[in-house]
Amino acid sequence: MLNVALPKGRLGEKVYDLFERAGYPCPSIKENNRKLIFENEEAGVRYFWVKPSDVAIYVEEGAADIGVAGKDILLEYQPDLYELADLHIGKCRMTVAAQKGFRDDPRRTLRVATKFSRIARAFYASRGRDIDIIHLNGSIELAPILHLSDVIVDIVETGTTLKENNLEVVEEIFPISARLIANKSGYKFKSEQINRIAAALSAMTEEKV
Amino acid sequence: MRNDSRADDAGQTVDSLRTLFSSHGYTPYRMSKFEEYDLYSRNKDFLISDNVLTFTDTDGRLMALKPDVTLSIVKNTDDIPERTRKIYYDERVYRVARGMGGFREIRQAGLECIGNVDECCAAEVLYLAAASLSLCGKSFILDVSNLGILTAFTALITEDSALQEQLLQCAAQKNLHGIRSLCAAQGLAGKEEALVGLLEACGPIDEALPKVKTLCERFGALKKVEGLSRILTVFEDSPFKASVRLDFSAVSDTRYYNGLAFRGFVEGIPDSVLSGGQYDHLMRRMHKRSRAIGFAVYLDLLSRLYTMPDTPDVDVLLICDENTTPAEMRAAAEALRADGSSVLTAPGEAGVTAARTLYLINGEVRDKC
Repeated sequence: MLNVALPKGRLGEKVYDLFERAGYPCPSIKENNRKLIFENEEAGVRYFWVKPSDVAIYVEEGAADIGVAGKDILLEYQPDLYELADLHIGKCRMTVAAQKGFRDDPRRTLRVATKFSRIARAFYASRGRDIDIIHLNGSIELAPILHLSDVIVDIVETGTTLKENNLEVVEEIFPISARLIANKSGYKFKSEQINRIAAALSAMTEEKV
Repeated sequence: MRNDSRADDAGQTVDSLRTLFSSHGYTPYRMSKFEEYDLYSRNKDFLISDNVLTFTDTDGRLMALKPDVTLSIVKNTDDIPERTRKIYYDERVYRVARGMGGFREIRQAGLECIGNVDECCAAEVLYLAAASLSLCGKSFILDVSNLGILTAFTALITEDSALQEQLLQCAAQKNLHGIRSLCAAQGLAGKEEALVGLLEACGPIDEALPKVKTLCERFGALKKVEGLSRILTVFEDSPFKASVRLDFSAVSDTRYYNGLAFRGFVEGIPDSVLSGGQYDHLMRRMHKRSRAIGFAVYLDLLSRLYTMPDTPDVDVLLICDENTTPAEMRAAAEALRADGSSVLTAPGEAGVTAARTLYLINGEVRDKC
């Protein structure tokens, strides 16, 4: 039985649809109930929904053999696991954003609000720019509006929130999409099944690219 | 007779490892719990975690509780390249365990072969790694890689060392799409196919080695694969052969390691329980001429396999009434212990599970109160 951690929310539903089309359905997952784990013994899979940022933890710790997590989470937390496929869904960008018309004054330490501290640090270190990190857990866009920070480092999907709050993307750091990840040890003992799923998912998602 | 099966399981594994290492002529190596911090600060990337517990000694030196064993052994052993020194250890190290907030004391056993290390020495170490894994769990996999081949294949793509490092990081994650993206972004599309082929050619020795040989022949790494091939013959006719895989995602830091790299996995444990390789580069960094290879077994991870025994905590709980004298209590308990039973005496409930509960009332042992 393969344990699969799916990210809660819209992305997770898309991911489950992919698994279903790849031949790993579990109809009970669509029932409206409070069950936490959904199993299809015949297909050899057991699904569970977890917070998107926790998927990598479940996989790294071996509670799940495989899972789907955004590249942003993998780069921020750097879990020790295998990244087997780019599913080309959940696409967005990690960006630097600021109030419209913002100009960086290199004489001052740049104040950066973000929940991706490691990514922000690495990005500005590669430029030799001195920064102060203001670590926030949500509503990042508020920070430059209230002058808590000069810029933010955050995920942008459509840019609507930025636009409606007089903010704009200053720079793109890297593109993001959902990745199929696997526990290293779990992979050793279930490689055949995991490789089969990875190949099926890749085939479906690469067709679209 | 009672026993603590959790402690025994861990202890038995260590005893078995010691017996295994000793039977191959490895001698025990004891070391101090402390080492000068400078040793670790100069080799931070070699450590699993770069957090080190430090303190100032009475003479003002900044000391550290050992976060690692290999660095101490390398520092403290004589550098005689003509001589082969084979040692093993069973030590406690202090570091931040993965996913944990704070420092932990971690038990680590392992071995090192230092000095004149030829192919036979390397093969024996690899064989002992497989044998060690077989003592840790029912089902195991030993992934074997060769950093010489891996770095030769990344060098085929680029001479840029930063890009090579990124490619190796992708290799460690089996991230083939990442390798392709990196190459495409650098205008090197198509040059990655040898490296991708190498990473795809993983599996049992008999299946994977011919594929790796073909690739190495084609891309100019024949000598390296021949060396690897000779080393792997150590598993011929061995019960461990079926559990050994060629897998080039077993990557170690090339600033310290070269040649053989290997990782061991035991079913039921989410992380690698064994890690090892050849570390001649570390020796050179520490100005030593000897060659070296070794591995460590992370014994703390094995606790994941231990299950809570379903046997009671004690054989007999003897509840003594308020009139019991100390002499009566001791006499009654000792009589019960005569057959080897463990007996816990208490004036009432004791917060343990007991196979039997007896009562000492007015100097007489009874089944019921």
